[in-house]
Amino acid sequence: MGRYLVRRLLQLVPVFIGTTFLIYWLVWSVPGDPFAGKCGERRCPQQYIDFMTDKYNLDQNIFVQYFTYMQNLLQGDFGETFSGRSINDIILTSYPNTMKLAVVALAIEAVIGLTAGVLTGLRRNGFLDNLVLVSTLFLIALPVFVVGFVLQWLFGVQWGIVKPTVSSEMRFSELIIPGFVLGSASMAYIARVARTSIAENRRSDYVRTAIAKGLPMRRVVGVHLLRNSLIPVVTLLGTDLGALMGGAIVTEGIFQINGIGRQVFRSIVTKESATVVSIVIVLVLVYLLMNLLVDLLYAALDPRIRYE
Amino acid sequence: MRVSKRASGALAVGAAFALVATGCSSGNSDGGDAGASKDGAITIHGVQPENPLVPANTTETGGGKIIDNLWTGLVEYPNNGGAPQNALADTIETKDSKVFTIKIKQNTKFHDGTPVKAKNFVDAWNWAAYSPNGAANGSFFSDIQGYEDVATSDPDGDGPQKAPQPKVDKMSGLKVLDDWSFEVTLAAPTAVFPTKLGYSAFMPLPDAFFTQKAEDFGKKPIGNGPVKFVSWQDNVEIKLTRFDDYTLRDKLKIKDVTVKLYQDENAAYSDLISGNLDFMETVPTSALAGEKYKADLGDRALNTVTPSTAFIAFPIYDKRFANKDLRKAVSLSIDRQAISDKIFFGTRKPADSWANPLTPGAPAGNCTSCKFDPAQAKELLAKAGGFTGEMVFYYNADSSHKDWMEAVAQQVKTNLNINARAEGVPTFAVFRQNINAYKMKGPYRAAWQQDYPDIENWVNPLFTSTGSSNDGKYVNPAVDAGAKEASAAADLEASHKKFEEVLKLVDEDVPTIPIYFYGQQAGHSEKIKKLELTNVGELDLSSVEL
Repeated sequence: MGRYLVRRLLQLVPVFIGTTFLIYWLVWSVPGDPFAGKCGERRCPQQYIDFMTDKYNLDQNIFVQYFTYMQNLLQGDFGETFSGRSINDIILTSYPNTMKLAVVALAIEAVIGLTAGVLTGLRRNGFLDNLVLVSTLFLIALPVFVVGFVLQWLFGVQWGIVKPTVSSEMRFSELIIPGFVLGSASMAYIARVARTSIAENRRSDYVRTAIAKGLPMRRVVGVHLLRNSLIPVVTLLGTDLGALMGGAIVTEGIFQINGIGRQVFRSIVTKESATVVSIVIVLVLVYLLMNLLVDLLYAALDPRIRYE
Repeated sequence: MRVSKRASGALAVGAAFALVATGCSSGNSDGGDAGASKDGAITIHGVQPENPLVPANTTETGGGKIIDNLWTGLVEYPNNGGAPQNALADTIETKDSKVFTIKIKQNTKFHDGTPVKAKNFVDAWNWAAYSPNGAANGSFFSDIQGYEDVATSDPDGDGPQKAPQPKVDKMSGLKVLDDWSFEVTLAAPTAVFPTKLGYSAFMPLPDAFFTQKAEDFGKKPIGNGPVKFVSWQDNVEIKLTRFDDYTLRDKLKIKDVTVKLYQDENAAYSDLISGNLDFMETVPTSALAGEKYKADLGDRALNTVTPSTAFIAFPIYDKRFANKDLRKAVSLSIDRQAISDKIFFGTRKPADSWANPLTPGAPAGNCTSCKFDPAQAKELLAKAGGFTGEMVFYYNADSSHKDWMEAVAQQVKTNLNINARAEGVPTFAVFRQNINAYKMKGPYRAAWQQDYPDIENWVNPLFTSTGSSNDGKYVNPAVDAGAKEASAAADLEASHKKFEEVLKLVDEDVPTIPIYFYGQQAGHSEKIKKLELTNVGELDLSSVEL
């Protein structure tokens, strides 16, 4: 277990260097001079362009730029944006918002998805099963922005139950609808995966034994059946959490949430390579750690899995 | 400053739209409830400023609208679009439009309590012009004597060489006379100089600015305007509050203003119609279709005009577009009324003049090739020897220009039998990069919003051979000479007359073609009972009553 962990952590290093350079290079090669459109229909004064080019080393080649950047990064400094704001601050203020939203979304999709999955897996082909089948199909087919705009319009504008956008305080109650929107597609997948997994294990020997022993049904399902059926669901939830932590450009945009997705989008558009790379580095780390966590969780769920 | 005959024409139009803007109050008694206003708070639409809030470094509207409220300059532009009036300036005197003596009102205060003195202007302007400070609005000071000595640029563009260190850090044309007056000497006579002084680049800066880094000041700006800065949460909101020591104009009738920073204008619109946002200066395009915003907002929808024009510009450096008859033919073949009605639902007006007629000094209807006349267009095309090959109309695809640019291309195709089509360039940055490098291969869209209300701003930057936005390399020595003479005129009235003549020369050459004048559709909540819009269509906070 310990060796496995060390090996996995060491693997992070080359992945980390590779991804950061790739991203740096990609943003660097996006066409468009960052100062060409900055002053509207007028050219920016040459003095201003000189000043910025010099300040951000934009006249150096990409390797020099990348190494200067990495040097600062190793000292814990992500650098600053073209407008002189510290990127550390940007990440520190927007990341908690993304995490809050991700946790709400994950909770909603886990609770609703699992409940629907277990209920339909135990009673297949009933009315409920068909209802869930159709509604999950519907959710999967709808793009996120459609779900987002429709719910925002219904709850926020038409019925006036909630405010259409999230306020600066990011109250939990305001995040329910954005969380639902963000988690809706994954919720449908979780319901379906859980259903199949439960239905399959329902016919296995150990379940039959447990029932034959005369265990109450609640214990058979809750302990024996569920624990074994959870592995694919946990995999799904784990990778999904990684994706959710990466920010949700669309959902954050619709509901006016100051999260990491918005920041990435804005920086790509304005060609601020330092900001994009810094945020992506954090995301890569989070994603890798999430994957590791999921792998470790397997062992906890299924005693047959051991890591050496 | 005098208002010329032409300017009063613009004034009348402006006054009409101010009436429309305040028309919303008519349903109630006149004005709002003084009690509700007194400690009232509103939330208005905004976008995250791209730069720290330093006046000389703000070139975009997100930061510009905050700056305009935080500062009051020497002159200000009235809401009705008319000629500028003195604000912080007591008098601005000149005999020859070259040496100006500016007296400022005594004992007005910055938000930190320090007085606004003449040196606050001189220091601020010197800071902005000094090139190592890298202020994006630095070139606004190029009129002033000694600008070349403080602003140097990289001799080979962006290459290995560095810009040389300027010899001095103060412009020789600026002189503090005493605490409340200073003298400005320009490099050449410029009649319009006092008008420019209302632009944000010319705002005074408090002593506190010079003791810290500009970026740090820009995070907690200290101005001298009707509202003061409270806090700024990046991408979320900027909070402002009434400045109780403000004496230059009426104080705010309300107390707190929150500028909510939106990324998505549809989200803002949802907030507006559900009463969570009190003012939005431009409703999104999606709400314009079928006049949805009028149904949603009723009499809270405001429909006004702003002094901006959309053009199609020609790359005159490309030989195929060097013939003025060809350019005229293209202009005459475009049915501007149809574009305005069908694509913009009447929210934008067909352009018929070279300078936007809302601008003081700008005559209406002086563009003779802005009418729709396919027959004459065909004649002119034949005279120009036809056009071979494909005529591609370029636009930046990251903004909603596709529909009208395709309509333009289609009309040119139908009416002139030219093989025309429209093509989008992915982003504004790439689009501008090609334009700046003189690499455009066909006509392209352009727009101009005046920096300050004067016809000069519609001629010098756009049509003189050294103009900052003459991107098509249009050169006409007669226009250059005329514009130079007009700029140097002894007073504004004479200057306006000469500029009018210069535009007649431009009208013969058709270097660009005006297509439409921008309109603006704003909306406000039920909470606001009375409001006015500024000359550029932003909310005038001082006018708001609840």
